[in-house]
Amino acid sequence: MWTFFHKLASPPHFYRLAPQIVPWLAVPGLLCIAYGTYAGLFVAPPDYQQGDAFRIIYVHVPAAYLSMLAYMVMAISAAIGLIWRMKLAHAVAASAAPLGAWFTFLALATGSIWGRPMWGTWWEWGDPRLMSELLMLFLYFGYMALRAAIDDTVKADKASAVLAIVGAVNVPIIHFSVEWWSSLHQGPTLIRAGGPAIDAAMLYPLLAMILGFSLLFGALLLRRVRSEVLYRERRKRWVRDMILAAGGRA
Amino acid sequence: MSERETSLPDLLPGAYALVRRDLRVAWKRPGDVFNPLIFFAMVATLFPLATGPSPEQLAFSGPGVVWVAALLAMLLSLNGLFWSDFEDGSLEQLLVSPLPLPALALAKTIAHWLLSGLPLVIVSPAIAMTYRLPGAVIGVLMLTLMLGTLSLSLLGAIGAALTVGLPRGAALLSLVILPLAMPLLVFGARTVSFVAAGDSYAAGVYFLAAYAVLGLSLAPFATAAALRISNE
Repeated sequence: MWTFFHKLASPPHFYRLAPQIVPWLAVPGLLCIAYGTYAGLFVAPPDYQQGDAFRIIYVHVPAAYLSMLAYMVMAISAAIGLIWRMKLAHAVAASAAPLGAWFTFLALATGSIWGRPMWGTWWEWGDPRLMSELLMLFLYFGYMALRAAIDDTVKADKASAVLAIVGAVNVPIIHFSVEWWSSLHQGPTLIRAGGPAIDAAMLYPLLAMILGFSLLFGALLLRRVRSEVLYRERRKRWVRDMILAAGGRA
Repeated sequence: MSERETSLPDLLPGAYALVRRDLRVAWKRPGDVFNPLIFFAMVATLFPLATGPSPEQLAFSGPGVVWVAALLAMLLSLNGLFWSDFEDGSLEQLLVSPLPLPALALAKTIAHWLLSGLPLVIVSPAIAMTYRLPGAVIGVLMLTLMLGTLSLSLLGAIGAALTVGLPRGAALLSLVILPLAMPLLVFGARTVSFVAAGDSYAAGVYFLAAYAVLGLSLAPFATAAALRISNE
């Protein structure tokens, strides 16, 4: 078990292994998204209150879910990098942040588009979940700004890891405070006592989309980490050997 | 063995000496203490100028304005928390000190709060009165500001330690700390608004107190880790 982790953590090994894993995530992910998009747009019945406008949840909910998941991936790998000094973990944290920020932005944009017909406004300051997504976006921006401001990669890794961990402690507090602050959003439908309050024909495409987004996130993350590793190790011998073996000039 | 025996009794006097030193330095440079206070008053002046002087509106927005102004004034003063020590090298002396760094970071944070948070709490009634908040509300405002600025000092110390020595660290510090500080603003300002509307203030004050306790127990360790990273 440990040797597996040690091998995985070695940059050249990861660089060779990642492209073999990516298709196993990307292909099922794209299939899930294709099914979810088709079923969500054409098969699922229109909502009795919201009509066809509810269909945006097939993008909105997975994006919001991924914005949280990406932050967790970022904070946990930052902690692993800080505690066990694993270079690959820092590369994962660095690569997860822009992806997470994009998913957060997507969740905000789709939420805003959904709000237009539902609430009659593009932006509703009173909605707690829109608010916590916005704060989430600011957290990502702060993390990326700190990382960009420090030239030394090792120092940037460690400093931003501290920030990611402090942020992870604060995320539940932020959510709680914003919930306390106000409520206008519809209550939770998916995860609640007594099972999901949603029709199966609406539910399955949504679950497929969530799974598909997650798999695609994994594939994109691996690709990003791979290029991050290549950039960080650009002066190392294995990169030079690899380029020479491919017929290039070092 | 003997080292451990001598270092432990030195912990409290050492931290106390650090607090006293920071207070003395501030005594010699009163501008560092007064500038954030003047900034606080200026921000509070901006809102009536921007929105008009109607008394109902001022009383309605008063708690929020005072809290936002206090938050910004705290951010302004946080920049200097480790800066001068970093410049003259005394920060490195703290890092090589045999005393545990989290304790020293906590001492620096407490000194910062005494020099920036506490003066804001003392000045806030004057601002609140100009916004026509009643006396009972001002008491709660001071209580929430007392707990809130302490938490802000603790939270901001982490950000100040992360950004010390960086070019344009001031803007970066605000960017990093503001999203994390929003729960304090929510509970602080909202609680005061609730009291002004005749509601109970217990929930918000309990939350702010819990946050301060959490910050007191965890933030010094994060600040210490950040200081070590920034000074490698």
